[in-house]
Amino acid sequence: MIRYAAIRLVEIAALMALMSLVIYALIGLMPGDPIDLMRSADPRMSAEDVARLKAAYGVDRPLVARYLAWAGEALGGEFGYSRLFAAPVWSVLLPRLGNTLLLMGSSFVLALALALVLGTIAARHPNSRLDDAINLFCFAGVSVPTFWLALVLILVFAAGLGWLPASGFATAGTSDVGDRLRHLVLPVATLTVASVGGYTRYVRAAMIEALAQDHIRTARAKGASEARVIFRHALRSALIPVTTILALSFGGLISGALVTETMFAYPGMGKLIFDAVMGNDYNLALAALLLASITAMLASLAADLAYAWLDPRVSYR
Amino acid sequence: MRAPLLLLAAIAVLSFAGPPVGAVLGIDPNAVDLLDRFAAPSLLHPLGTDELGRDVLMRVLSGGRVSLAIGVAAALTAAALGTLIGLVAGYLGGWTDRVTMRATDAIIALPLLPLLIVLAALDLGKLGVPAALARSDDISLIRIVALAVLVGWTTAARLVRGATLVTRNRDFVRAARSLGASVPHILWTHILPNVLAPLIVATTLSVGEVILLESVLSFLGLGIQPPLASWGTMLSNAQQMITTAPLLAVYPGLMIFLTVIACNLLGDSLQQRFERTTAVRR
Repeated sequence: MIRYAAIRLVEIAALMALMSLVIYALIGLMPGDPIDLMRSADPRMSAEDVARLKAAYGVDRPLVARYLAWAGEALGGEFGYSRLFAAPVWSVLLPRLGNTLLLMGSSFVLALALALVLGTIAARHPNSRLDDAINLFCFAGVSVPTFWLALVLILVFAAGLGWLPASGFATAGTSDVGDRLRHLVLPVATLTVASVGGYTRYVRAAMIEALAQDHIRTARAKGASEARVIFRHALRSALIPVTTILALSFGGLISGALVTETMFAYPGMGKLIFDAVMGNDYNLALAALLLASITAMLASLAADLAYAWLDPRVSYR
Repeated sequence: MRAPLLLLAAIAVLSFAGPPVGAVLGIDPNAVDLLDRFAAPSLLHPLGTDELGRDVLMRVLSGGRVSLAIGVAAALTAAALGTLIGLVAGYLGGWTDRVTMRATDAIIALPLLPLLIVLAALDLGKLGVPAALARSDDISLIRIVALAVLVGWTTAARLVRGATLVTRNRDFVRAARSLGASVPHILWTHILPNVLAPLIVATTLSVGEVILLESVLSFLGLGIQPPLASWGTMLSNAQQMITTAPLLAVYPGLMIFLTVIACNLLGDSLQQRFERTTAVRR
């Protein structure tokens, strides 16, 4: 198990090195380069100035040499300055990372709680009317375009009824907890609807399988109450596959809310990545994309390890 | 199974037949009428008109043509490519197999949307694509299909690879091999039919996924570019007038939702049907 995890970690490190090179090269292929941007900001700049700047920033060197220089600094924790925010990349990333974790964490807990309830109800009466209704709801959640759902929620609850704020994460000038919570409601609702369908289907499938096992029949035969059978016996074995799905879904932790954050102008990592890519903020885009990728790779490793740890029948060699 | 199939068929027929029928009736989805902007629904314009006085119904239908064509084209291409890769990886095994499976692992685990945004924003001229092609109207269409295939081939590849591994040492394949059948022949006639059912399910589901992906990228301004319009671009456009004309944003989103849910429900019921028939056969 430890050997397996170590091998996977080495693989992840190799993949991240490859990914960073690919992303570095791709970002260089986006329209415009940093010096062109400076030149368009200052038309009086002469050709000599441009050449001097290119040499100073190292833009005239070959791609691999530039990448190696960047990678050397990145390994030392130095990711450079963000062009858009005129601040070190880390000081831009960290507060937004916190905002995203708050948003994703809330919707994750909510979606999981809902999924456990809905999935268990559906699994107790498979193919009943109620099961069909829950199933349709799940498919609706999976099929709805997130940005459209956000748009409709804004239309109804912010523009129409005026109950909730449509964007941002706090009213300017206030630091009230209630105000921050009110700004969270619509984005969290959007993310929850989008993710609860998938979770519910996993819970339902795992629960149906768990309820069909022999030890459940034994528990029923010895006269255990239905609640005890469900919560004490079935849910425990059903949670094993569910846990791994949940660990996998942590892969989208950082960038999973990209569309939702952009729709609600919520200052999180997803919106930051989008803005950095669109605004030619190379240093910021690189660091944020790599952070999102490494989180996802570690989450998929965690999912595999959790599976082996929880289910004694699974072992990795 | 019948309901989602009927819904999909209705959307497809309306989207592909609507614009030609409209042309006969003299309604052009791109005809601008600035004197008749934001018109309420009428007999001539059943869903009203948009900010340039264009007929909304006709635009929703012709946008559907673009969205559906992208969904089907990308899903089929991804399935074909994935099948090819899966067959080769499963049959050859060894290093080929290990490298392809690591690639699918990475694609499944990576945060795709931000990476696709980078890819969609690339300057094709810097990539060496000829300027005539890079500036043509259809390039956004080709680009979206290419991006969807790039991330979509993994499902088919995993399915086909798994089935190939299972079947390649079964007796009937050994018999075929000992009779001197060529490798392509064995793959095509003996191995592929065994994996056709899950492949059809996966492809049906991926049509919906591609339509969602296209709509997101187009909504963010990175997908289909004017003069072409898909449901995603219509929504992106409508968002700017959300307070004056909210219904303009409702129609295309509703169409995306209906199409994707129909694909998902169809894929789900196909899967259940296939599972039942294979269970009976055993």
